[in-house]
Amino acid sequence: MEFLVFLGRRVLWSLLVLFGLSVVIFTIARVVPGDPARMALGPRASAEQVQALQETLGLNRPLWEQYGLFLSGLAQGDLGRSLLTAQSVNVDIARTFPATFELVLCTIVLAFVLGVPLGVAAARWKDRWPDNLVRALAIVSAVTPTFFLALLLQILAGYVLNILPTTGRLPASLPFQADITGLLLIDSLIRGRGDVFAEAVRHLLLPTIALGAATMGQIARITRASLIDVSRQDYIEAARAFGVPDRLRMFKYMLRPAFVPPLTITGLEFASLIGNAFVVELIFSWPGMASYGVRAITQKDLNAIMGVVMVSGVFFVLVNLLIDVLVGVVDPRIRIRGARA
Amino acid sequence: MSVLLSVEGLSVSFTTYGRRSQVLHDVSLAVPEGAQIALVGESGSGKSVTMKTIMGILPVPPAKVEGGRILFAGRDLLTMPERDRLRLRGTAMSMVFQDPMSSLNPVFTIQDQLGTILKYADRRLGRDRDRRGRRVRILEVLAQVRMRDPERVARSFPIMLSGGMRQRILIAMALLSEPRLLIADEPGTALDVTTQAQILKLLKDLVTENGLALLMITHNLGVVRQTCGYTYVMNRGRIVEHGATQAIFEAPAEDYTRNLIAAVPRLTGRNG
Repeated sequence: MEFLVFLGRRVLWSLLVLFGLSVVIFTIARVVPGDPARMALGPRASAEQVQALQETLGLNRPLWEQYGLFLSGLAQGDLGRSLLTAQSVNVDIARTFPATFELVLCTIVLAFVLGVPLGVAAARWKDRWPDNLVRALAIVSAVTPTFFLALLLQILAGYVLNILPTTGRLPASLPFQADITGLLLIDSLIRGRGDVFAEAVRHLLLPTIALGAATMGQIARITRASLIDVSRQDYIEAARAFGVPDRLRMFKYMLRPAFVPPLTITGLEFASLIGNAFVVELIFSWPGMASYGVRAITQKDLNAIMGVVMVSGVFFVLVNLLIDVLVGVVDPRIRIRGARA
Repeated sequence: MSVLLSVEGLSVSFTTYGRRSQVLHDVSLAVPEGAQIALVGESGSGKSVTMKTIMGILPVPPAKVEGGRILFAGRDLLTMPERDRLRLRGTAMSMVFQDPMSSLNPVFTIQDQLGTILKYADRRLGRDRDRRGRRVRILEVLAQVRMRDPERVARSFPIMLSGGMRQRILIAMALLSEPRLLIADEPGTALDVTTQAQILKLLKDLVTENGLALLMITHNLGVVRQTCGYTYVMNRGRIVEHGATQAIFEAPAEDYTRNLIAAVPRLTGRNG
């Protein structure tokens, strides 16, 4: 029961956040100079043509009315029509989103399953070489710009060593339609195509590392700090005084209470991950939503911009909702207080 | 009455950043079977180090035992094999922790924490008890520390319980494996006076009921007077005075002891 209250509260907050996001992004998109109709039609279009398009798009109506139209469309799940592709934004995003989703998801999973053990090792052997190594790694990965790491990986693995592909999701020689979930890793398995799966993994490797290095470093750092903090708590000394074995103390008594900060930081890192995905997708010619979004922004394709931002926002909110639930599962204090407050 | 725990000439030093400082000088004390003994002194006098050395939970390094013996039931804890020592820790000799707010793991239920401790205590002692057997024992001990609804308490997380209840759980934790010696580190200091008085009363009752030896470590002489028959006074890592509690209260030999006694708050006013 208390868990449902906690969850309900979180969902309400998420809806509020999304509403706020829609207001902000709508305002920014309209305030930025440049006439979308003019940009869509090109410099040679006549003034009448531009005005006609403005009227069809509703750009000559008052702002609040435009926002109302946008919101009612959004409520029905309709993101409008893209000026550039002349297609529904829904269709465009449905086509491009799975690639981005696959990339970001693989990145966060990899960053988490590598980052947490690294942090645990650093805390376990504090001030010894594993700790120093992890700390150095975390700092270097945090200060290396994503675009630089991406280019470096491309040059090293792609051209110098020539062991990994550097662009796209699949080689051109391997036609495969991911038409079930849109995720290559999953669809290839469902269809029993081991060769496609292997190629998809090979193609994912470099972008994932480029995108996830900093996040992994962050997670390792936070895990280490959190574990060291917990290791000084009285309840750990008490467990020792009652003869609870070392390994159990480390992995049960310490890791679980120390797990909340790494989880929280993972949720927050998602925002920067989506942002950095724009860069990584460009460098690795990844056919994802980010590339689509970049083009929409440079061309002031209003509906497409709004669509990309809203989808990213929903994605971010959902991930953080999931994290909140996990945090509540891991730590009863948060669950109980969250339901009371 | 035979002596259960005897500390003889214990010296301990700490080395931090290359500087060595001795924190215990030739400390000796004895706890007879079934007796209630107090070790008093202000913060930093070395009582906690003494207690941790006895329990074997001193972080080594930086700490180092320089000399002395700790005999428990006739065997020296400092020279016995680690395996044997582990067998005693938390079982024949166990500890009541001081701070009920921070000594329980916040993310596990009481049942889970007591169960884990009991499981490994059983394993060390070669006792055969299954999950259900452990649960029975846990409920039994919770009832022993006067919990009204042991079933509910066992299912609770620490945050759902009051400070006094958590302190009683810390006592239950120490009683799980039928110890012969309880070492209590300022029990109830973190609680309000009324609750602390109840906790001390409970502790004294349990010790008498079960015929346990108690080594009570505290800075509060008021507490000592109520619970312990014999007192050791510690200052700057040395035992400066010891004797029957009543005698020490009536005629303290040391200035330090006199000051400690004077520091006990009175309810009767300045001239009372």
